[in-house]
Amino acid sequence: MSKRKAVYASKIKRAVHMLFYRRHKKPGVKGWELRKALGADYPKVLSILDEYLKPLDLQVKTVFEEEKPTSEKPTLEELDKARFYITLRGGLTPKEAKMIGWRIDDLAGLAITIAYIISKKGKAPRKEVEELLREKLPGWKVGLNIDRYIRYGYLTQDENEQLYLDWRTRAEVDQKALIDLLLSK
Amino acid sequence: MQSKRERVKIGRERLQRVIEMCRTVEERSLDPFLVDVDEIIRVVREFFPDWEQPEDLCLDAEAINRLASVVRLQSEWVKHRSTSLYTDPFLLEEKIKRLEKEAIVEAFLGAWHPIVEFEQISFYSLKEALRYWETLPPLKDRWKEFPAPEEAGGVASREELIRLKILQDKAFTEELESFWNELKRLVAEKGEDGRIRYWDFVVAETYEETIRKAFMASFLVTYGYATLEVHPLEEEIFIKPFEKQQRRIAKKQLVSIPIAVTLEEWMKWRRGGGKA
Repeated sequence: MSKRKAVYASKIKRAVHMLFYRRHKKPGVKGWELRKALGADYPKVLSILDEYLKPLDLQVKTVFEEEKPTSEKPTLEELDKARFYITLRGGLTPKEAKMIGWRIDDLAGLAITIAYIISKKGKAPRKEVEELLREKLPGWKVGLNIDRYIRYGYLTQDENEQLYLDWRTRAEVDQKALIDLLLSK
Repeated sequence: MQSKRERVKIGRERLQRVIEMCRTVEERSLDPFLVDVDEIIRVVREFFPDWEQPEDLCLDAEAINRLASVVRLQSEWVKHRSTSLYTDPFLLEEKIKRLEKEAIVEAFLGAWHPIVEFEQISFYSLKEALRYWETLPPLKDRWKEFPAPEEAGGVASREELIRLKILQDKAFTEELESFWNELKRLVAEKGEDGRIRYWDFVVAETYEETIRKAFMASFLVTYGYATLEVHPLEEEIFIKPFEKQQRRIAKKQLVSIPIAVTLEEWMKWRRGGGKA
């Protein structure tokens, strides 16, 4: 193995440790942390890792601080501020989703909530979301579910009881695909 | 012709309405194009020469500030509509209402790529745990703080009450009626307006007897032989016997009035410390 290859192999291992194991309260690693641990060429390390993960149906997901157009190449500064996660590349089957602890009702509630907030430009009154969820879920469950989505990091709520999408939705949900899939049903 | 004062007054009201409207649009996520910006600017401009007081100028500035927020929202709204993420909320709402839960989940699973994360002891959690351990007092210190367990409450049967000499061993209705007669007699002797102070009626020579009378009084009220008049501001409670037993009116909301007959309360009344 050439010296260069060995260096990258070691950096990939280090990146795997950092990305798979939770280091903070929230999962994921900030770009600047990766730069500090792996060096300035960490985007290249991550892209090699992403290739390795492809056959395993996993991917390195980059979540920028602000919405980033996909066509533009991100700058190093933007990457430093971004957060990196390992996520599933493909989708789960309903059976698998159940296996990882999600009931179909709760998952449908989450889908409805996220889709509705997206359609309202990323912000919707909690009351409106609750009313919408009551169409499909028992009333007593609605409030509990929204609190749960907030706790998991899918949603956040301000003092005026407005709901917003939070870090986990940005990391895990392809928002455009969700809307397209719902509308095409 | 309007006087200057009237004009200032009208101007203030108009600006306050503008501020309120802009705030509502901002806080309730309403369509920002509901606000007619040109019209508001015309109003602000129209009244601006009348402002002399600093408060009025502040009001003017606040209106402009709120209007600027609405213009920002309008700009965001246009940007959002031009993105591929724009969906008509009504269309989506209708779609969601019509779809089965299973179909919604299927769509979501196509767009959901959950994070892979392993939970383990991290440096952060170890640090937190150590800090917690250092500040945790030893068990022998913590256990001292626990209060002695209180005796659990329960329901006393009639037999128990007889054994405790709270009730006498005679037919309850008979006993209740003689108690009712006693109340009526006392009201006739010492009462006013057909009623007597609750405490004047129940307080007896001994605490046990007081408990018995309070217990019986509660049945007099429950079974419609008497009623309670509570004056919360004066902290007075009166008991008023009825001439005939009242039947409960089904639609009338019944109210429970808890009255604590504690040993301290009894002693206070015996010493004449209560409101006599």
